Order: sequence, then structure tokens, then C-alpha cells
Amino acid sequence: MLKVLKSGFFLTIQDLGRFGNRHIGVPVSGALDSVSVKRANKMLGNDPKDAVLEITMTGPTLQFEATTYICLSGAELSATLNNKPIDNNQVIRVNQGDILSYGKLENGFRNYLAVKGGFKSEEILGSRSQYYPVTHKKCLKDGDEISFNEIQSFAPSISEVKIKNHYELDYLEVDKGPEYDMLSDKQLESLFSRQFTVSKANNRMAYQIEELITGHDTTMLTSGTIPGTVQFTPAGRLIVLMKDGQTTGGYPRILQLTEEAISVLAQKKFGDTLTFKLL
Amino acid sequence: MKNYSINIKPFGKRAVLIEWPKKVDESILEDILDFSNSFKNLNLPNWEMSAAYNSLTMVNNTEDIDFVEMVPLIKDCYSKKTSSDNKSKRFLWRIPVCYDSDFAIDLQETSKTLGVSAKELIDLHTGNQYTVYGIGFLPGFMYLGGLPAELEIPRRKEPRLLVNKGSVGLAGKQTGIYPQDSPGGWNIIGSCPIPIFDARIENPCFVNVGDKIQFYQISKAEYDLHKIETEVGIYKLEKTPLHA
Repeated sequence: MLKVLKSGFFLTIQDLGRFGNRHIGVPVSGALDSVSVKRANKMLGNDPKDAVLEITMTGPTLQFEATTYICLSGAELSATLNNKPIDNNQVIRVNQGDILSYGKLENGFRNYLAVKGGFKSEEILGSRSQYYPVTHKKCLKDGDEISFNEIQSFAPSISEVKIKNHYELDYLEVDKGPEYDMLSDKQLESLFSRQFTVSKANNRMAYQIEELITGHDTTMLTSGTIPGTVQFTPAGRLIVLMKDGQTTGGYPRILQLTEEAISVLAQKKFGDTLTFKLL
Repeated sequence: MKNYSINIKPFGKRAVLIEWPKKVDESILEDILDFSNSFKNLNLPNWEMSAAYNSLTMVNNTEDIDFVEMVPLIKDCYSKKTSSDNKSKRFLWRIPVCYDSDFAIDLQETSKTLGVSAKELIDLHTGNQYTVYGIGFLPGFMYLGGLPAELEIPRRKEPRLLVNKGSVGLAGKQTGIYPQDSPGGWNIIGSCPIPIFDARIENPCFVNVGDKIQFYQISKAEYDLHKIETEVGIYKLEKTPLHA
């Protein structure tokens, strides 16, 4: 078991998502930054779909009740194991009783803790990703325990990688969305020449953009939305849907982020700036 | 079989959007469901689809797709679609609603605004069959079409921070049931004791797009009884096939 001594700001179990239930309105869910999760799972020799912990902004304090191997990836959150600093993207052995804790947020917004073999919480509708009301709870709380398999020895094929963090990118790669053609020259110019700021309203469902662009009066019938869809409200607000975002919406979908761009945005926080780059 | 002029659009690297004429129309919805069913029968792995009003969103969950290759595949599938095995899966569901003042917190005000008595409002609301044009916004939230014009009322000026699960509301041309506790701005006229979405059962949402809903009035005592019956798993919803 992994014991949550302190849960921090927002701690959830995530895998790559819950598929096949969009027709009854169930969001995909899953790790917002799938690039980091896939890397951490790969380093541990895991299945890419193995469940990890998604750690947001202020990290938790966690105690391992069995020996295993872990890999952290994503945001730099001053992680320590038994008070000794540890790095991201490294396979690290943890012993029974070891305490993993987090400190100051240095870079990015979400860190991922992967464990050899993945966390073994309950699977609901084909996924372990926490999303209320599909899962009973929306996040982990102090005192919760999550199971994993004890591993005494593991020889990783790669023990450490030095990478350029995708989240240092200050642009989001986008394709045209289904209603892209409604945009005027003026709106297009604002979209692709301006720098935008992440608003306070950002969470696993959606990231709003602080700056408004010229609005519109286009109406449409409610239609499908997917993670990475950029909705455009009549007032000129841009709303980027994330993994817990609703499966349908009534606002024009002007842009569509790539899966990598969703991972870049997942590491942005209130006040960070970005631009849109059309592919 | 009638064919509409459909518009096939790329929707990012992993999805395709197909649009039918921009109308709220049952025959369009049936055509979308016929196509969606025929595409499902091709058994291509990792695709999932959701229909809403005049569109179908098709998502591939594992890999980027080649849109140029998809277009002829979709067109071919559309021209060969059949409706036989699709229609047999459509049902009319009778859903109990308690319009008691304990739940119907906006019933008095709503009937005043609409200029009808509370009884007339309930008769109008229960006297109609509503078509499920989409499920989204929240798991199990149905977009219902077919509200009588007499019941069209604007959303509340200030949305509530908490609308209870099961609340039945009116807003604009829509009526619907909140499948779980949620903030919301609809005018609440009753409550349904039956959960519309339950992730812990094999079929988490009994309703499908294309089904129809009819509400019927129950007393507070029946409401409490149905709540207990659903908790212990002995409540049975009434359904009749739409195309018997």
C-alpha cells in the first residue's frame, strides 16, 4: 500500500483514460499530461496504460508500505525521498517505510508518480481514472491507501533520461476545429498573433483564456466535443476543454489542440502565457 | 431509403465530425443513428461515436487517423446503411416525477410566469413524449426535444450553486433531469427518484439517443417508495419498444 499522509492541493489516480462511454456523456478523463505519464511508465517497463498519481501544484506526503521502484515525471516540485532531493525521469528504488514528499513548485504544474506495475485501484468502466460520479471519490484524501505490487528487484533498461521538458514550450500546436471557417480575418489575426494568458479558471475540465477576442453571434446545435477542443463563446472567450471536459457543447469549436499540446497546457498555471500555432 | 447531404469534417488528428442539415428533426436523428449503427457493424477497432441533434462525432481512441482515407469509407458506409437492427433498440421510457412542493422549488413561480396553474403545468409536462436528441454535459444528462411552447421559460437570472440530483427542470425549449448534484440555472418543477446514471451497474445509463421519454406524476409517498426500490435494486422502469 501507498499511504497518503497529506494529500496536498489536488491528488488523483489517473491512467490514459476511460473510453467507450462518450455516448452516455462520460468524459474521457485520464492524465492531463499524457506525455509525462507515458515516459514514466516506459522507464519502469510498465504498460503505458498503468495508473499513476497526478499531483497538482502542491504535492502530497506519501509513505510506501512495501518495497518497489518509482519514477517521477512532469512538473518540478522539489520532490524528496526521506528528505533527500530526487529528480524526475529516474528509476528510483523505494524501501518499505520510505517517505516521498514534495516542496516548492519550480517549473510546470503537474507531477506524476509512477510505480512499477502501476497503482491497483478499482477499475470502473475500463479505467482507474478518478472522476466523480463515475468513481466514488473525485480525489484522494489524507489517510487514503492505494495498493501496488511489492517488487524486490528490477533492472531498468534505462535508469535516467535527460530530456527537454515539453512544458517549457510557450506555444500550443493546433489544427482547425469544425467551426474554424466562421472566423473573420480580424479574429484570425488576434488568434495567431497575440499572446494569451491562462486564466484563474483552469482545472481538469477546462482551461479558460484570460483575454477576450472579438465575439460573434453564430449559433449552433449542441454537438460533440473532445479533449483539446477550443470553444469560442459569443462574448469572445476561448475555453480549452481538457480530459474531464464535457462530451458535448453548444459553442463553436474553432481550434483543436494536439494530444502533445494538451500535455503542454496541462503544465501551465494561472498567469502563464502562450500562443496558438496552426499546423 | 432517404439520404441526406452530409458534411464530413476533420476534427483534430483523431476525430471526424459528420454534420446533417442544421435542424432539430427526428428523421435526421434516425438517419444519424442508422449510419452510426452501420459503422459500428464494420467492427473497426477503437472507434467510439456520439450523436447529438444533427451531428455525429467519431473518435479514434488510440491513434491518429488519415482523414483523406476515412472520407470514402464513411461515404460508402452511409450509402449502404440499413435501419433494421437499429430501430429495434429504441424505447419509450415512462419516468416517474414527483411535483410535490418539497422538490418543485420553482413550480409556483414558474406557473405564475407562464400564466398557467400548477396542475395545467404538470398536465402539459406529462402529456408529451420527448425525444432524446443527445446525452452530454454531465454523464446521463439528456437533451430532450419536443417541449410544448406553453412551457418555454427563460433560465433563472441567477444560477443556483447546487441543484439536487434528480431535479427536473425547464429552460428555454428544453426540459431535463439533473443526473447528479450540479450548479444550474434551470427552473425546478419536480424530482425523479430513479438514478439516470449509475457507473456501478452494467449498463450505467438506460437511455440511449433516439429513445423517447414520457414523465408521469407520482406522490411523495410513491417517490419515497421508488427511492427505496431502486436502492435495493427491485425497481423496474416501464419501457415499450418504439418500433414494434
